[in-house]
Amino acid sequence: MRPIRLGAYTMSSCLGRGLDAARAALRSAASGLAPCRFETVVLDTFVGEIAGVDGQGLPPALARFDCRNNRAAELGLAQDGFLDAVAATAARVGPARVGVFMGTSTAGILQTEQAYRRRGTAGELPPDFRYRTTHNTYSIAEYVRERLGLEGPCAAISTACSSSAKAFASAARLIEAGVIDAAVVGGVDTLCLTTLYGFNSLQLLSGEPCRPYDANRQGISIGEAAAFCLLERAGGSEGAMHLLGAGESCDAHHMSAPHPQGLGARLAMQSALDSAGLAPGAIDYVNLHGTGTPSNDAAEDQAVVGLLGEQVPVSSTKGMTGHTLGAAGAVEALIAVLAIEEGRIPGSPGTRTLDPALRARYEVAGRPAPLARAMTNSFGFGGSNCSLVFGRA
Amino acid sequence: MTLAARVLGVGLVGPGLAGWREAREVLAGRAAYSPAATVIPPPDSLPATERRRAGKCVRLALAAGLAAAADAAIPARELAAVFASSTGDGENQHAICEVLASDDRAISPTRFHNSVHNAPAGYWGIATGAMMPTDSVAAFDATFGAGLVEALGRIAAEPARAVLLVAYDAPYPEPLQSARPVLDAFAVGLVLAAAGAGPAITVEIARRVASPMPDEALERVRRAIPSARSLPLLRLIAQGAQGRADLEYVDGLALTVTTQA
Repeated sequence: MRPIRLGAYTMSSCLGRGLDAARAALRSAASGLAPCRFETVVLDTFVGEIAGVDGQGLPPALARFDCRNNRAAELGLAQDGFLDAVAATAARVGPARVGVFMGTSTAGILQTEQAYRRRGTAGELPPDFRYRTTHNTYSIAEYVRERLGLEGPCAAISTACSSSAKAFASAARLIEAGVIDAAVVGGVDTLCLTTLYGFNSLQLLSGEPCRPYDANRQGISIGEAAAFCLLERAGGSEGAMHLLGAGESCDAHHMSAPHPQGLGARLAMQSALDSAGLAPGAIDYVNLHGTGTPSNDAAEDQAVVGLLGEQVPVSSTKGMTGHTLGAAGAVEALIAVLAIEEGRIPGSPGTRTLDPALRARYEVAGRPAPLARAMTNSFGFGGSNCSLVFGRA
Repeated sequence: MTLAARVLGVGLVGPGLAGWREAREVLAGRAAYSPAATVIPPPDSLPATERRRAGKCVRLALAAGLAAAADAAIPARELAAVFASSTGDGENQHAICEVLASDDRAISPTRFHNSVHNAPAGYWGIATGAMMPTDSVAAFDATFGAGLVEALGRIAAEPARAVLLVAYDAPYPEPLQSARPVLDAFAVGLVLAAAGAGPAITVEIARRVASPMPDEALERVRRAIPSARSLPLLRLIAQGAQGRADLEYVDGLALTVTTQA
């Protein structure tokens, strides 16, 4: 693929609002994880909550979209001058030439979970329940499109934990095909009971802040985030950050467990390199999917070492942000971009003793390093894999 | 810009539309349409364990996808796949929400992993061995259109690879069915490729209103099931002649599809 320019970007997570909060956390390897006090949840686990989501309002004209997920979107869109950057691009190319592709796994399903506690005598949902603009998977994409006044193609991408990485790939294909000139891509996923109790049912929740690549890693810590990126057709923008390649695959193995040798993961990484026209040695850092479950990290390690060898620095930043599920692809894409910009390999808070069975060069502490190109991995249930490569074009 | 492909194969499961061979006659106007409840074929392609776990949406999507691959005479494992569904698996979501509203909240792990929107994509890989890229998209009533754009975008980016598009929906149980009524189960599979034997389609995004089906009963199906917004395109393919139709797309837009035999 031809490189696609990142015109603007922003992320909000448990690390704070906007890119500066993320940069500060990357420098200090800070963690935003805290014991779970979310809603009525009683689980012995840690979560990464975005501060202030509940108090976030939506523009009155979009009140029908009101739910935790769209509040997080609104909070996130307002950072780093992102609204103005999108408006400028839309004014330049026309709003019909700007697409919206948003990744999410659960959208506003929390709204339905809560409505089910308030069902009437005949089992009916309460009269204030709004389905389309909250629960439905598309609600986040429709909200972003309306909020930004865009009139181009639009879709929600929902492939579990690879969702928002794949949003970059979908948009890039349509930009390259000439269907659109630019796209707002990203991921918004927020805490809900389905994912907290769901991962608990699979015994995949860690009782302490997650410890990716640790010999004693016990599972994931769930986080929430809103991350956005404005992708634009490249041209006259040497030195700017670009999406260089994207690769996708399916494990064809199991619904909730990775292929034990990481075959699908390796295929996605290889395909991302091929699409970027790069050799394995061109990658300076890999932001791992690195969830902190025993099997995920083991499978990803085999894929990374098999393709890139044992020398390329790698780390997972889920000890900082938690696993933000459908938003993780976009969050970690932006962390990879910040790592290049800052010239810093992110560390891995939570990881104490590296698992001797894992062979990749895992960077626990984080350190300054000149990085030209970084890869980020996102793998989801259903064996859905996506790898992206970023760098200066 | 124009997106384009050839339609190499079709699979269909819908109310009174039991398979493409039969439905083609109805959609071409050579046979009358008789409304009837959708019959979903069993998922014989899945290993026994997965077969027990597969919900209605997985069975629907697999049936339409495998039928389309067979119609195209292309091994399923060689196809990239785009799955498009407005609602996902509503029965499963309902069951999870009921348990979460109860005191114990102990949801089943199988229900949880089946709750992801891309569950049919995952089962598709397990059933066929396909390690090709799969997408799972949603766009409310424009979901078929969003899937078509996604599939054609893949073909534009990688013309050598055929892409299977499967759009499917199944009704929610109450109380969600009242909030989002879906008439009956429906799934369409289309094998699309840059070249090959089959009708050629071109797609343009335009400010238009979606075309209705001339048959009133089929128009009711089109309007009452998001994935059945594909029917005007299927009618053109069934007629096998040059034609044009506007398919529902995201707010304010339609996909203008032109076919050449």
